[in-house]
Amino acid sequence: MSLENFTVMRHELLLTLAFLVILLTEVFTGEEKKERVRILAVIIFAIVTVVGFLPLPEGSIFGDMFRATRTTSLMKNILNIGTLIVFIQSYSWLGRAENRDRIHEYFMLLMTTLIGMNFMISAGHFLMFYIGIELATIPLAALAAYERFRNRSAEAGIKLILSSALSSGILLFGLSMIYGTTGSLYFSEVAAAVRDMPLVILGFIFFFSGMAFKMSLVPFHLWTADVYEGAPVNVASYLSVISKGAAAFIFIIILFTVFPIIIATWEKTIWVIAVLTITIGNLFALRQKNMKRFLAFSSIAQAGFFLLGFIGGNQLGMTTVIYYALVYIFSNLAAFGVVSVIAEKTGRESMDDYDGLYRTNPGLSIAMMLAMFSLAGIPPVAGFFGKFFLFVAAAEKGYYVLVTIAVLNTIIALYYYLLVVKAMFINRNEAPIEPFKSDSMSKLGLAICLAGIIVTGFASSIFEMIRNLSYGI
Amino acid sequence: MNQGIPLEYYLILASAMFFIGVYGFLTRRNLITILMSVELILNSVNINFLAFNRYLFPGKLDGHFFSLFVIAVAAAEAAVAIAIIINIYRRFTTINVEDVNSLKY
Repeated sequence: MSLENFTVMRHELLLTLAFLVILLTEVFTGEEKKERVRILAVIIFAIVTVVGFLPLPEGSIFGDMFRATRTTSLMKNILNIGTLIVFIQSYSWLGRAENRDRIHEYFMLLMTTLIGMNFMISAGHFLMFYIGIELATIPLAALAAYERFRNRSAEAGIKLILSSALSSGILLFGLSMIYGTTGSLYFSEVAAAVRDMPLVILGFIFFFSGMAFKMSLVPFHLWTADVYEGAPVNVASYLSVISKGAAAFIFIIILFTVFPIIIATWEKTIWVIAVLTITIGNLFALRQKNMKRFLAFSSIAQAGFFLLGFIGGNQLGMTTVIYYALVYIFSNLAAFGVVSVIAEKTGRESMDDYDGLYRTNPGLSIAMMLAMFSLAGIPPVAGFFGKFFLFVAAAEKGYYVLVTIAVLNTIIALYYYLLVVKAMFINRNEAPIEPFKSDSMSKLGLAICLAGIIVTGFASSIFEMIRNLSYGI
Repeated sequence: MNQGIPLEYYLILASAMFFIGVYGFLTRRNLITILMSVELILNSVNINFLAFNRYLFPGKLDGHFFSLFVIAVAAAEAAVAIAIIINIYRRFTTINVEDVNSLKY
């Protein structure tokens, strides 16, 4: 181990350091100062995020088990930005009396999951990948059950831990078959030894199912809505954005680097799964009345759009997936941010409660409107470009039927996203949500998200930059 | 070694354990039993890894190490799951999944 090795795994080490600082502060602060851990954590994490952007030496360490490239570094930076927004948004919720003595636990568990995701993205060996994926999911179950005096939170926690345990079992069963045929677990050696033979295909299908659970693709999506509804709003937003984005990143890396030989097989699988995911996610989102469930099903549909970038396996596909993840982080966190502020101040989460919101809280309504436009893909905002590039990436490979189905689905999606906008601006309500002033941290979080939605849409240099860093098969 | 039990027997055992685990996961109504079914799945994976390593690639230890890590991670997973189950028992005074159903379509 030389100094060089430490700089290669800078993201992970910095996060570990931040984790330890929070732990020590918890030990050495008195009972009455516990609340200040929130601001400390946000500042430390902002520093970690900024330092992550400094240029990074590439390389692989621990005998090629851990690989850092400029692509992985970019993915980690995107996840860092998203997590920073989640930290800022959860500021006022953590100030509640029942959470006050467990503030540090929240930050420590979130940082642990982020370390797991970073290791997962940088993995060069299936063992590292497995440890990373488990480190990223087990603490999340504890976080989903964070509000331990609410029945729903406990239920969300058990649903998350059991379904993630089953999914990693299925994933491992697939891995064991791939190990049996190739005799190695290194990504590079497996890629060289994979052949189009039945046991590999069977193992791949098991592996795919396990990953589909993590990304909540249909037909493995049933846990999603329940967990999002039961978990605290900020944990749900973290689950839907960061956790899903990391799963999409590692999935595309593994498909491109480990399984390029059997592309004919996984393209067909992804074709079917993408159509199912987008359609079923949209159809279920239509009939939701609770905002969190609604956003859960919308995030299932969005996960289906990610798959459009996977298909074909070209450089453009990877670029669009990373770009779409960035856009999706900003849009979805803005939507969750508004839901979280309203739930925090008034405790109302149903869609009917949003009727006439514009009359009482115009600022929040406009933020929500921009988020919905971006999620639906209406031109001036970033969501449009994200979807457009995904469609181009799939169409370039000749998947015209798939692109047509996806475009038809965006129209369905437009309907239910605009329902929310209509509720806020047009519907009348006898008892609308009272006007209230949100605190400065929630405003800051929303402002970052909205700036992100607009800037990533207009600045084409961001797309060019991601394109230069991506690779295809 | 190879005149002993053939590799196929281990694979059949592992597959049977895996599917018994999946069946148990889907049909059992007690949270602890569901957790036991998950352990069954993970242990079937271990058998697979160890058998493949011993019979096909005896020179290397990848499979052995992987199963060691699976055991360790499964323990961590069970710890968190049991902690949540205890909390569920305090909230709902039952660990039957039929009664833990405040969230549904």
